[in-house]
Amino acid sequence: MTETLHNLYLGFSVALAPSVLLYAFVGCVVGTLVGVLPGIGPLAGISLLLPASFGLDATSAIVLLAGIYYGAMYGGSTTSILMRIPGEAASVMTCIDGYEMTRKGRAGPALAIAAIGSYVAGTASIVGLMLLAPPLASFALRFGPPEYFALLMLGLLVLAYMSGGSMLKSLAMAVLGLLLGMIGIDPMTGFFRFSYGLIELGDGIGVVPVAVGLFGLSEILLTAGQPTATEIKKPRLKDLLPSREEWRDSIWPIGRGTVLGFFIGIIPGSAHIISSFVSYAVEKRLSKHPERFGHGAIEGVAGPESANTSATSGAFVPMLALGVPSGPIPAVMIAAMMVHGISPGPLLISQQPELFWGFIASMYVGNLVLLILNLPLVGIFVNVLRVPYPLLYPAILVFCVLGVYAVNGSAVDIGIMTATGALGYLLRKFDFETAPVVLGLILAPMMEMSFRQSLAMSSGSYAIFVNRPIALVMLTVGLALLLLSIVPFLMKRVDWRQRLGLEAEQEKG
Amino acid sequence: MTTDRVSASVLVIFALLVIWESRQLPLGTFHRPGPAYVPILLAALLLIFGVFLILTTGRAPLLSSIRWSEWRHALAILLTCIFAVFAIERLGYRLTVLLALVFLVKAVEKRGWVSSLAFAFGMAFGSFYLFYTVLRVPLPQGPFGF
Repeated sequence: MTETLHNLYLGFSVALAPSVLLYAFVGCVVGTLVGVLPGIGPLAGISLLLPASFGLDATSAIVLLAGIYYGAMYGGSTTSILMRIPGEAASVMTCIDGYEMTRKGRAGPALAIAAIGSYVAGTASIVGLMLLAPPLASFALRFGPPEYFALLMLGLLVLAYMSGGSMLKSLAMAVLGLLLGMIGIDPMTGFFRFSYGLIELGDGIGVVPVAVGLFGLSEILLTAGQPTATEIKKPRLKDLLPSREEWRDSIWPIGRGTVLGFFIGIIPGSAHIISSFVSYAVEKRLSKHPERFGHGAIEGVAGPESANTSATSGAFVPMLALGVPSGPIPAVMIAAMMVHGISPGPLLISQQPELFWGFIASMYVGNLVLLILNLPLVGIFVNVLRVPYPLLYPAILVFCVLGVYAVNGSAVDIGIMTATGALGYLLRKFDFETAPVVLGLILAPMMEMSFRQSLAMSSGSYAIFVNRPIALVMLTVGLALLLLSIVPFLMKRVDWRQRLGLEAEQEKG
Repeated sequence: MTTDRVSASVLVIFALLVIWESRQLPLGTFHRPGPAYVPILLAALLLIFGVFLILTTGRAPLLSSIRWSEWRHALAILLTCIFAVFAIERLGYRLTVLLALVFLVKAVEKRGWVSSLAFAFGMAFGSFYLFYTVLRVPLPQGPFGF
């Protein structure tokens, strides 16, 4: 504990330096704006500023990019509550009850609880990150290729299990993503795979164009042609205070959302999207009045918003402790670290303590900044949404193209974004999840490398995956999830994930 | 014909395509996988999932139930992106964005000429100034100096 406090002191001395503070603030503002604007998610925002971060020192760069990530979680709730349009994917569940509260004239308390819940969750989960990452990094020194392979396999299975729709379809999408990750040079033999003479594909398909295409461009394709934005109810500052009953009803959902979101965020493969989905399901199950959900229940805002913010801190645990990305955004941040000559992995915390602890401390500061930005200044951000959608989406499209091009300076990336945007549009029309595709793409190189290295270590014996206890445990859990998902199919009944999905669809409709 | 049957059929065809393309790469052995091993394994999995989906598509909606009301806008946006792919390094960032936005705002969204041009100029030159000049993000300049 003494050592942790000492390290935290070191971290704050880094984080409170004027330059780092400035970049944390810029990241939070950009993140909030990105979260407010529908169609452009935190990944596009991060990719826009990624090239600009190359000239900064490593700590400032990571602080800036992380600020965008968790800033977007705060900002995404604003449009969900005021307009029933999720600013970004993790805020979808907030739309359901948040907008109903707005219709009943309770927009202010909904925004306040969302912001305060996010602040509490963000702060508490940073403590979790601070306490969990260093010992996990020490534990991870025991990880070898079999353990990494098992971990990544578990991540994909958890994502597929927790996705809202059919697990079979989610697994198919994960496999599709893994196949996309096979494009490029085989790292073990040097063979070009599926690159068709395009040198730019030698390094494989980039995460940024695929994610911006699948999430951002597909959203624009689906929503373009909408009429002018609906009326935006802008609450006044004095209307922001929740009632005593709303405070009381929010405390436990915020607490549960914080814990759930953090642990879901830790597992590589679980996106913050899933954390809000799970939190909503839990709150509805535990509520004494579940019939209130879908009609303006404050718990339906407090829980999911806390969960998705807490999940961002959880996502940093494998990123910092293991060097394993838990989603597209940590993957880009790992790439940013490597550009600065920092090798992410179990030794990062011990070799670069000022980076790790400065990053932790900046998140404390960033959460405070976001609370200030998202409450009294909510009106300023909401004004952006007054721009008619026929003008807003072309502007968002420009930023998507710019962000994708800026990463590598390659027009091929814009082509990849376009192709995956069209693919995402079709996938969503046919009711397929797109998150597993991106995750499969990110994890494919690591998974294949770990798999083939494991077989090389064991002279070709597959028993290595069951002879090593850590790998065995992780694979067993993954198998259990797979079997759990088959049970409803065999018993010909709807399981709890589909039941919630069905009910959420009815309420949103 | 349900949506799942159609989409699963596409996945099956894609999987077969991957297996066909992988024949040019060394497969290796079960104990020493080569560069084609994992792609073929994944393609086989995708094939199995696709077949399962075709066989178990009970509650999937009919293909005719999908609404495509926004297809014209979607097509226009995709064509704009394709234009950007070929034009951005030939015409430069500003001219490409200017032309793309004029097309989207004037031709597709049917706004007036003045507002369309003002918006397009503002976005093209404003974003270039912010990212190229202030943030020093490398952006291509065209043959006409902008």
